[in-house]
Amino acid sequence: MKLNLTILKSKLILPIFLTGTLSFGQTFGPNVTGNTETIFQYLTGDTLIGAVQPESKAVMNSYTNVNYSLKGFSAGARFESYLPHTLGYPDRYSGTGIGYKYASYSHSMVDVTVGNFYEQFGSGMTFRSYEERTLGLDNAMEGFKVKFRPTNGAEIKAVYGKVRYSFTDGKLVNSDGVVRGIDAELNFKEFYNLFADSKFNLTIGGSFVSKYQQATHPDFYYPSNVATYGGRMKLAYKDFYIEGEHVIKEQDPSSDNGSIFSYGHGTLITAGYSQKGLGVVLQAKSMDNMSYRADPGAELTDLNINFSPALSKTHTYNLAATLYPYAAQPNGEMAFQGTLLYKIPKKTKLGGKYGTNVSVNYSLALNPMKHYSDVDSTQRILYQTNVFDVTDSVFNSDFNIQIKRKINKKLKVSLMYMKFKYNNILLDGATDKTNLDNGYVKSDIFVLEGQYKISRKHSIRAEVQGLFTKEDVGNWGTFLVEYNISPKWFFAVMDQYNYGNPVEGRRLHYLIGSAGYLFGNSRVMATYGKQRAGIFCIGGVCRTVPATNGLTLTFTSSF
Amino acid sequence: MKKIVFVAVMAMTFIALQSTTSDEIESGKKVPSVSLKDMDGNSINTAKVFNDGNPIVISFWATWCKPCRLELSTIAEEYDDWQDETGVKLVAVSVDDQRNLSQVKPVVNSSGWDYDVWLDPNGDFKRAMGVNNVPHTFLIDGKGNIVYAHNNYVLGDEEELYEEILKISKK
Repeated sequence: MKLNLTILKSKLILPIFLTGTLSFGQTFGPNVTGNTETIFQYLTGDTLIGAVQPESKAVMNSYTNVNYSLKGFSAGARFESYLPHTLGYPDRYSGTGIGYKYASYSHSMVDVTVGNFYEQFGSGMTFRSYEERTLGLDNAMEGFKVKFRPTNGAEIKAVYGKVRYSFTDGKLVNSDGVVRGIDAELNFKEFYNLFADSKFNLTIGGSFVSKYQQATHPDFYYPSNVATYGGRMKLAYKDFYIEGEHVIKEQDPSSDNGSIFSYGHGTLITAGYSQKGLGVVLQAKSMDNMSYRADPGAELTDLNINFSPALSKTHTYNLAATLYPYAAQPNGEMAFQGTLLYKIPKKTKLGGKYGTNVSVNYSLALNPMKHYSDVDSTQRILYQTNVFDVTDSVFNSDFNIQIKRKINKKLKVSLMYMKFKYNNILLDGATDKTNLDNGYVKSDIFVLEGQYKISRKHSIRAEVQGLFTKEDVGNWGTFLVEYNISPKWFFAVMDQYNYGNPVEGRRLHYLIGSAGYLFGNSRVMATYGKQRAGIFCIGGVCRTVPATNGLTLTFTSSF
Repeated sequence: MKKIVFVAVMAMTFIALQSTTSDEIESGKKVPSVSLKDMDGNSINTAKVFNDGNPIVISFWATWCKPCRLELSTIAEEYDDWQDETGVKLVAVSVDDQRNLSQVKPVVNSSGWDYDVWLDPNGDFKRAMGVNNVPHTFLIDGKGNIVYAHNNYVLGDEEELYEEILKISKK
């Protein structure tokens, strides 16, 4: 608690301190950065879109981060407040207090942090602690972190601590289990300038993570220590690169995997080529039994130690982002993705005066093949999966193509087509489960977007979207208009209309309006109406939001 | 209710604190030190960002963020002129996580952006700079002070940014 008090005090006296030292402290003066965010909602329920009314009707989340640094020293804290929490957060979030605090010291060779921290090893398949506040996701570590750079191009990271579980009655609640990890990476271009004059570069790395918890289970043996380890490599030659990581998790029976006693594994391979006007990326992923949590009984988004990236495009057009979004399946999935980005050169017949951007993306995620072999002494089924050994059962497929073109100085247009195939039996995201022939929702989505610059400060943007499907709740149309006055104001109206719903009484409009004002480093936004869950981009900024119905006021500010 | 009042008072104190001292803070606030990688895997120390005493724009973006890409593309069309007139350099900091990290270089190259690009996949620099959402754009003067920031992008915002660049440009 002593640390908290110090930080509190320093926050209040800092501005005074700062002005006092400015005259002689241009380069070494103390530095304060931070931000604040408040989300207030007054909500009513809407079962059709999955929006619920909280008992208190009004809810509010507030956060303020303060970071202070002087020379190599830095310290900071995050104040959090849930009165009560907004939608999308677990019910155990309540109260006001400090949810994150740290003190650290940096030197040219070593960084040490004590307190809370975030960190990622490699692609995150062995270890990733991060924050996605808008999703209510935060698995910050509390403990000790050190980064050691013995020489240029070499870095060793070590972490030791507990994982954030909750914030209850104004206090941070961590896992019972402890997570320890070490990661090393060597970049040969920087390492004694080995490839300094070469067009070739090689980076290699490896990580080892272990969790400890005295876990017990009435029927099965649960090991107290579970390790995950892996190696990675990146090869680059001129504009071409290929990288891969392979990780193994030791036996980790948990509620995620039905207490099986098998090893888990994950492989991620990416190859890319790019030059001016062209980019190609190919990716493949094979993963099985890779859910890894600080407590084997934890569920949903709680206590994750590692991270599994989804191999599909992050859609932001409203219908595509909110209706059938795909999330990675850490319990087992094999996925492939290809992306082609091309700019048809300007002043050509096809490219037009300014050139035309084309992007094509395809991704496919499949169920892995499980070879069941044996039953162990505690009657647990054992199975084996092999890397890239796959069934023909599709989780999700997504083909999309987008063409963007600047017509003239004032007008830009964009046309996009998407084709989704979504396995609702395994992923369960459809609204109306009774209306699925074979468990799949197949949809075609068209989007036309135009942006017109009326004058130096005024611009208007409009989107027309259509989603066409014979399954689930049928066809949707979306219309959006946004009016912007740079640099201070924006206004937007969007209507989502489920006009193709097989049930006539459910052919509803989901109308939402927004207005925002910017001043200095601050932004205030008001949104009123019905909103589906997903990524919501309005007024020149993107956020991830849960389904809501009502009024939302957001205030953000940086300092 | 007590708690609500407490938080409201706290929030107002912050706003008040900010507005009364903003001049001082803005003339002294530096880029914090975070170690990141650029697109080619080279190590970067954010505090050592340097442009021969000329202005630097640090713009936080993501491949999936349309306004971010619109901002960077709009500036790209005028970037040569901006550089000639003010010597400004733009650093585009991608906050894409592992899901989209591999798309960053192809997006940058296929768009023909001539910027320095840093990767911040776990949000370390984003947190250190107090960024809530992308896009968020900062302007750094020749002495390394953060002198201007803007947290969104709509068409025309680049003109205000350029006016701010002109104010601190020595050319």
